[in-house]
Amino acid sequence: MRLLTALASGLLFGAGLSLSRMIDPSVVLAFLDFAAIPDGAWNPALVFVMAGAFLVTASGYALIFRRRTPLFAPGYALPGKRAIDGRLIAGAVLFGLGWGLMGYCPGPAIAGLGFGPAKTWLFVGAMLVGMALHHLLIERRRAPATTSGAIH
Amino acid sequence: MNSLLPALAGGALIGLSAVLLMLAIGRIAGISGIVGGLFTGGAGRPGWRLAFVVGLVAGPFAAMLFGAPLPEIGIDASVPVTLIAGLLVGFGSRLGGGCTSGHGVCGLARLSPRSLAATLTFMTIGAAVVFIARHLLGA
Repeated sequence: MRLLTALASGLLFGAGLSLSRMIDPSVVLAFLDFAAIPDGAWNPALVFVMAGAFLVTASGYALIFRRRTPLFAPGYALPGKRAIDGRLIAGAVLFGLGWGLMGYCPGPAIAGLGFGPAKTWLFVGAMLVGMALHHLLIERRRAPATTSGAIH
Repeated sequence: MNSLLPALAGGALIGLSAVLLMLAIGRIAGISGIVGGLFTGGAGRPGWRLAFVVGLVAGPFAAMLFGAPLPEIGIDASVPVTLIAGLLVGFGSRLGGGCTSGHGVCGLARLSPRSLAATLTFMTIGAAVVFIARHLLGA
């Protein structure tokens, strides 16, 4: 059931990205182009995507967390960190630079692998290299106690 | 308005995805965390991560069954820009502990201050990059 529900969750996510057209990086760039607001060329769709996702997720989570445990796992794996530290901001800055350059973030890029152009594959390949570099350069050097933000 | 209703509905589907994953296996539906965990081994068995990724790739085709055509994917970026963007997104999302889905959807839904700070940061930086590229450099 763990695998089936994870598969179903991925399907919903990919379908949502497709329906909302966030799978198209040019739509995301059109949102980030706030200077286009006066011309009427700004595309506000991402706000609506985030609003729809927020409403469903926030209300759903609130109901779920009344349960002591998930259905098919012994506990919730939630990030335990609370502090806003330099690592968080530095990561968000680097992520924002890459996101703004191309309009791609991890979800839409992976969801586009099945029918996107070669550059979608190129982006995902480079993204995996970036993740592997982070693992080799930073994650493995940290003490095991701090590598996992998960609480079970 | 024609593109805003599908945007809202698509967002709701993404929300359902996040709710299902939390209810079933207690996990945050953050794509960079799910994929990045394949490198670290993460906590527990990795099978669910692969199952989610398979679903994510198949999702746009599943949406076709419900009348949503495959969208166009418009990429203007050159090959070098594509590679640099990919490296930055991969490294940055892991360093910052999340991306648009983990921080921007799941984290905000949990009212996490860290996720709000991260989301505001990458939105601002992303918008600044687009402004420089489109309006200052005139690309």
